[in-house]
Amino acid sequence: MARNPDHQIEHLLRRAGFGARPDELDVYREMSIAQAVDTLVNYTQIPDTVDDNLGKAGYVGITTRGAFSPQSNITDSRQRWLFRMVHSDRPLQEKMTLFWHNHFATGYNKIAGAIGTTEAARYMAAKASEDPGKVRGQIEMLRDNALGNFRDLLLDVAKDTAMLVWLDGRDNRKAKPQENFAREIMELFTMGVGHYTEPDVYAGARVFSGWNLQTVGAANDAARHQEFFYNAAQHDTTAKTFSFPIYGDGTNTIPARSANQGMQDGLDLVDALAGNRNTARYLAAKLYRFFVSEFGAPDPVFVDHIATVYLQNRYDMKAVMREVLLTPQFWDPSVYFARYAWPVEFVVRALKDIGWTGFSVNDALTPLSNMGQILFEPPDVAGWDAGQTWFSTGAMLARMNFAAALSSNQKFNLAKSAKSYAQTPESLLSYFLGQLATTTLDSGVIAELGTYLRSTGAWTASDAQLQAKAPGLVHLIAGSPEYQFV
Amino acid sequence: MNVTRRQFVKGGVAAFTVTFAAPEFLCDLARAQGAHVRNLVVLYLSGGNDALSMLVPYNDAFYYSRRPTLAVPAANVLQIGTDSSNVALGLHPRLTGLKQIFDQGRLAFVQRTGYDNQSRSHFLGTDIWSTADPNNSAGLGWVGRYLDSLPSPVDPLVGWNTTSSLPHVLQAGHVSVPAIASPAGYAFSSPNSGAEAAAERAAAVRINSHVPVDRPEVAFVYGSSQAALGTLDRVATVASYRPANAYPTTGFGQALQAVAGAMVRSIGTKIFYVTTGGFDNHSAQNVNQVNGAYFNLMATLNDGLLAFYNDLRSQGLLDDTLVVSFSEFGRRISENGSAGTDHGAASVMMVIGGRVSGGLYGTAPVLNTDPKNPTLENNAGDVHYETDFRSVYARVIDGWLGADSRSILGGDFRKASLTFV
Repeated sequence: MARNPDHQIEHLLRRAGFGARPDELDVYREMSIAQAVDTLVNYTQIPDTVDDNLGKAGYVGITTRGAFSPQSNITDSRQRWLFRMVHSDRPLQEKMTLFWHNHFATGYNKIAGAIGTTEAARYMAAKASEDPGKVRGQIEMLRDNALGNFRDLLLDVAKDTAMLVWLDGRDNRKAKPQENFAREIMELFTMGVGHYTEPDVYAGARVFSGWNLQTVGAANDAARHQEFFYNAAQHDTTAKTFSFPIYGDGTNTIPARSANQGMQDGLDLVDALAGNRNTARYLAAKLYRFFVSEFGAPDPVFVDHIATVYLQNRYDMKAVMREVLLTPQFWDPSVYFARYAWPVEFVVRALKDIGWTGFSVNDALTPLSNMGQILFEPPDVAGWDAGQTWFSTGAMLARMNFAAALSSNQKFNLAKSAKSYAQTPESLLSYFLGQLATTTLDSGVIAELGTYLRSTGAWTASDAQLQAKAPGLVHLIAGSPEYQFV
Repeated sequence: MNVTRRQFVKGGVAAFTVTFAAPEFLCDLARAQGAHVRNLVVLYLSGGNDALSMLVPYNDAFYYSRRPTLAVPAANVLQIGTDSSNVALGLHPRLTGLKQIFDQGRLAFVQRTGYDNQSRSHFLGTDIWSTADPNNSAGLGWVGRYLDSLPSPVDPLVGWNTTSSLPHVLQAGHVSVPAIASPAGYAFSSPNSGAEAAAERAAAVRINSHVPVDRPEVAFVYGSSQAALGTLDRVATVASYRPANAYPTTGFGQALQAVAGAMVRSIGTKIFYVTTGGFDNHSAQNVNQVNGAYFNLMATLNDGLLAFYNDLRSQGLLDDTLVVSFSEFGRRISENGSAGTDHGAASVMMVIGGRVSGGLYGTAPVLNTDPKNPTLENNAGDVHYETDFRSVYARVIDGWLGADSRSILGGDFRKASLTFV
């Protein structure tokens, strides 16, 4: 049960996944780094059957209220995604899905307010295979595109039903163009603030005028749904000029087009934004902070290199991510644990490290909210602030308390697994420090943990003592500042 | 925005030393002797508040022609008089509580607050209003800089953030403000009970004394842990606070109840942060419809603030309290095609408190569409600022907090006409 330490593979799986289950570690530690990266990025070669195990023994639990309905009940959608983070054999696909969820941050509440809770959960999280109208919710779209082409992803986002409600594109009509999506596609989804002007926002709004929604299917038909539709009658047909190049020849005006041809405006703008060098750099810097390090500014050498790889490979994110995971920056030991764990990363890694038998991911939802992260509910379109802002006092307390709740839930398993390492407090400590990897622990902290094990009575390694001290120790380690890094 | 936060991370972290001063009984003592404390409540209206729907220039014909579906009918506004430019103004009809406070002379509006080349970005805009620095929106928050200016040791409960993550306005170089969204949930759990649980808590406290000062990023998390462990017992006293008058069950109302509880229990907190969101009404703003989007925003704001005001008054704490509001921008004057409003420029700030000289400060915009209209900008599309928002902050810093606004704001933004406190 005790793992052989393999710092490189564990680092890779903390970043390209959500930590490592014992069975994952067994698989990956047999591979070279190059093989492991190949396996992670070529995830389509691994069957995607994880959802078949929902509710089965041996897996982390879910809590059902009537039928489990992740395609129409957002609480169940959240449970299903957490389940996937724990059990998917395609960890990088889930990690990139989270990255894109934060990048194209869309909040369930506004959509629910606009079209109702059931429909909102449907457009956020339904799988086409389970929806009568073959609706593919936003998270499934992001998952399908997780390592796809960024230009295709951007176009799918522009046509995504949830996004068209979230940023009001469904109301974008030629008489009064709606600026919300146009601003954010430049500011947050592609080039970044400082690389566009206010007139660009107004021109962009006109470009996407008529990118609306239509209802398909008869009333009372379960297949009835809303989907993207180019509404030619509501498209502004005049020319649109930008401060940045739109076409390969450097020209910056989208020409006037007839209404029937007008959808091409948006395709041209999406192409231009995907191919803009500032987009390449913006994504590269964001990938650096997510996958490599949050300590200090993004390494300019890395940003230049990854931006170039992005452009040379025509926005192919698989090529980009392969390169990210093979850069010397990624493998520099100084970046190990140089990232503040997001709440979902902390929770999922704790489940993988501590155990999940008899635990329901439903019981992680309120703690996650207290830690500052509700899946499908980023605070705004910029996504979560991340970094140190995760570590408000209340949020840190919520992490400590989740560590307490999980170790309490796993009390008997922890005591049982610790039994053969329990000769002395030191051997028990050494065992659990191997199970729960942290950034370097000060010797003073290790001494305090030993003092804790020796407190409240002589060391007997009795079952009763282990059932108290093993979860107590795991609580202290998982709730320590050093465990809050990945 | 993420970049700016990271830049803050890089430059702003100093060593964290949290001391457990004993301010509780000292405060009680001071209050028993009749001494006043000066509490500041920073209120953020998230999303860009539509000032023209809150403070309505109901005699301006262009207000009605430019907002055919969103304008509040003149007959419905709660009239509060005219400003110094003789523009008649009325509150949104749902703001009956704020009208009471205004009539008692304890609510000031500062009209047309903003800055040069105002950002229409939520994120950059919020950063600028939070840092009070349009040229370096990645820096520390202006309230954070005030906290940094306090003599050490600083009580870990000097500030109380009622949201779950640290807002930029409270980011300080060496003071960590606790986030306490719910006092009742702010407790230490353990897998054990009795002596074992006590041993764990004692171990957690001792572990957190080993701050790795050579690793500032890890030390930052230590700061949060220490502050959590060091404030649990005092916050527990707030959880038991039962106000005489009921607060709304909204998150905003509950946050204000916690703030009042902290003040009543005298736990040593001076700076509070509360927020209410949903102001980004690009579509279906529904200003006038009961249960419409903006109508509900006003209901949440009004009912929360009125309960807070009444509670503090009955506790004798009104004179100890100043509430100041901000939002990242106002909204476009003309409504859009979705019966909503897009991002605009200048907005309105509110100041509430027992020692506030209420009334209308500054002048309202004139909404005619002449591109040369000096009260507007962006081809008469948006409201142009008249009062630099930093002048309002300066008055709060100098006139309420008793600090020097020039050093905290990095410049002299004092404006003599702002006599609201």
